[in-house]
Amino acid sequence: MLFHKYASPKVFYAFAGQLIPWFAIATLLLLGYGLYQGLFVAPPDYQQGESVRIMFIHVPAAWLSMFAYMVLATSGAIGLIWNMRLADMAATAAAPIGASFTLLALVTGSLWGKPMWGTWWAWDARLTSELLLFFLYLGFMALQAAIDDPRRSARAGALLALVGVVNIPVIHFSVQWWNTLHQPASVSAINKIGTPAIHPSLLIPLLIMAVAFTLFFVTVLLMRLRAEILHRERHTGWVAELVKP
Amino acid sequence: MNWSEFFAMGGYSLYVWGSYGMAALVLVLNVLAARQREKSVRRELEETTRLNQVEAE
Repeated sequence: MLFHKYASPKVFYAFAGQLIPWFAIATLLLLGYGLYQGLFVAPPDYQQGESVRIMFIHVPAAWLSMFAYMVLATSGAIGLIWNMRLADMAATAAAPIGASFTLLALVTGSLWGKPMWGTWWAWDARLTSELLLFFLYLGFMALQAAIDDPRRSARAGALLALVGVVNIPVIHFSVQWWNTLHQPASVSAINKIGTPAIHPSLLIPLLIMAVAFTLFFVTVLLMRLRAEILHRERHTGWVAELVKP
Repeated sequence: MNWSEFFAMGGYSLYVWGSYGMAALVLVLNVLAARQREKSVRRELEETTRLNQVEAE
């Protein structure tokens, strides 16, 4: 079966190597186009002025922080249930990337909050649950680093990741469930005339940047996954063959 | 629009450029860290291969 073929770390190592340049090129093109749209084409917001441009970084980073966590948790679950090594490695590879984008979402949120709300930080539901997500990533990495046996390390990490999944809907719905400084959803919210509650001039750069960030995530995930494969398969013949001087 | 106006960002330059700068940093560091990880794994592998060879001899 094709799926099983690509699930073999050896085959996937080569396959990922072929994919990386294409994802890297696609990322660069979309990132360039998104930055041009976001910084030069999109108009200033009628209330927020030029500060609205922070949205083109902040919102894609926040979306990616949750998407990467779902990739991590799903990979962990697959590794846990079907004992698939490649999935375990994918979970490990996703963690530092997800953590970095969570931090980016928090910092840009702070930089946007200061001029718009008058404060860098507030202990409200959206901000606190996103901070918790950051700690979940750090906890996952620390836990895996503390356990030497790779299979036990993968199992423990996956269990922690699965428990932490409960935080994802909390982040998403926090702006509806609780009173918060954070503005509610605009992209998924449909207004009275049946269109998203955000103007296309702001929505288009936002979506381009979101796709660019996601492609970037896939690129770096594949890079990290390749290193992880080499590390965990270091006792196998094919790796020895590969690094032979 | 002139460039100084563009960089001023309507008075929000610190916040806007701070955000874009932070994003650039996160993107660059992610790529560098992934490369670094690959390098250190390979170095470790070469080291063990070399030690095994020495042992075999």
